[in-house]
Amino acid sequence: MTLNYKLTAFNTIVWKEIRRFLRIWIQTLVPPVITISLYFIIFGNLIGRRIGDMGGYTYMEFIVPGLIMMAVINNSYANVVSSFFSQKYQRSIEELLVSPVPNYVILSGFVIGGVARGLAIGVIATFMSLFFSGLHMYNLFITLMVVLMSSIVFSLGGFINAIYANKFDDIAIIPTFVLTPLIYLGGVFYSVELLPDFWRLVSKLNPIFYMVNAFRYGILGVSDVNVWYAFTMLVIFTGALFAFSLFLLHRGKGLRH
Amino acid sequence: MTPAISIKDLYKTYDNGFEALKGISLDVAEGDFFALLGANGAGKSTTIGVLSTLVRKTSGSVQVFGQNVDTNSYETKLNLGVVPQEVNFNHFEKVFDIVVTQGGYYGLPIKLAKERAEKYLNQLGLWDKHNQQARNLSGGMKRRLLIARALVHEPRLLLLDEPTAGVDIELRRSTWDFLQKINRAGTTIVLTTHYLEEAESLCRNIAMIDRGVIVENTSMKALLRKLHQEHFVLDVRQELEQAPVLNGFGCELIDSSTLEVILESHQDLNDVFTELQAMNIQVKSMRNKSNRLEQLFISLLKKQE
Repeated sequence: MTLNYKLTAFNTIVWKEIRRFLRIWIQTLVPPVITISLYFIIFGNLIGRRIGDMGGYTYMEFIVPGLIMMAVINNSYANVVSSFFSQKYQRSIEELLVSPVPNYVILSGFVIGGVARGLAIGVIATFMSLFFSGLHMYNLFITLMVVLMSSIVFSLGGFINAIYANKFDDIAIIPTFVLTPLIYLGGVFYSVELLPDFWRLVSKLNPIFYMVNAFRYGILGVSDVNVWYAFTMLVIFTGALFAFSLFLLHRGKGLRH
Repeated sequence: MTPAISIKDLYKTYDNGFEALKGISLDVAEGDFFALLGANGAGKSTTIGVLSTLVRKTSGSVQVFGQNVDTNSYETKLNLGVVPQEVNFNHFEKVFDIVVTQGGYYGLPIKLAKERAEKYLNQLGLWDKHNQQARNLSGGMKRRLLIARALVHEPRLLLLDEPTAGVDIELRRSTWDFLQKINRAGTTIVLTTHYLEEAESLCRNIAMIDRGVIVENTSMKALLRKLHQEHFVLDVRQELEQAPVLNGFGCELIDSSTLEVILESHQDLNDVFTELQAMNIQVKSMRNKSNRLEQLFISLLKKQE
């Protein structure tokens, strides 16, 4: 199997995924834009002015990185879970399973599809934030690496959810009952320094807390955690979830009988 | 010559305990047009599933052009095109994109994938729909789209799982013509069907499968020679009140101008006409009462019971 063959197959999967979320842009691109606009207006602009500074920045400036990261995480996850589960549900995934495409190329294709949507929404959210706040960039490399790796981690999460899901309800449960609470309690809207010791410790068990803080560090230069520690966590999560997803694909969980 | 398919002692038991295949062995020669015939649930689709790797076998060995499907899955999959029983493409994608994307999965550069997609969509009469979403196609067109998709990488072996189920007669005939054409061009075809007429019209060799066991595996000609009786329906010009008595032939009156005549394998149809002519009964037209293969299939199943 040549590298050229694998690249062709990989590009095919990625473009198919991008084509899918662009085709249904009214479901995939518009809702997050509206949601983020509301966050900027209500939390940043209206309520934020009464809150005052946080971490040395205005409240609006403080929450912008968190809101962008929230959009990236949600959309990376949503893209892979809905696309892969739909293909599994209507059995069009069999197109791929009968072909010679290796499992790691299939997985990488879906993940990069999720990253493409996550980053597209991230870029849109960043442009929108310019209407409400100035653009800071403390460290471009860290910013890009954190957003990319977080997007990969949650694309992999979406993939695993889709593998285990048997009905459409199953792909809504994790985002509603797990992802959303973790994001809201992950320091998007506040600094954990405001919390009592116990809840500060609990927050540090939340993986999204590290992503949001590392991203905020890249943009503003402030963070509640050591940014390299956050990076290490991201690398571990990426490796572990990729290996587990590949294991599920090899076993044919929910795909082969 | 290495067979296109070589299956030895193939067993498949599903997680729910259902034994779909109970040790089948089967060889299909390269270039053959082969029918796998059986009732619903007999094990046809499971066999196709194992060949295409969508179903994991419990035990046994399966080779495609001499390559083991477990250890050489890349090589075997490159040689395989699969037309599933149920429509399994994304209904919201455009017809052209479905075929081109499948080409990409087999490593075809985009230009070649587009050329092949155009070629096969044209040959299957779908080119004028290539820019439409697949959900807008009729049932028969969707089935032909599955065939175009399976052929885009020009496989040496095409597996068709009931390719004309629910397709009208005209489309079915045109699909048969197309399949015969690509078979003549060298593609080995394995077809599962429960339309016995389809197997009889298209295939040179046949295996009959019943409850996970192969009950017959031979050439179509040899199989049909086993048939002892044939039933013919004759439309006659005269209005008859009762069936004529034919010497040595069974004969029944279906309605006043239709007879059913039963011939044993050693008897001649000419003798029937001679006797009818002697009674001044004129035959307007004649046809087989039912598919010959169907009768044989039923008799084979009865033997098994």
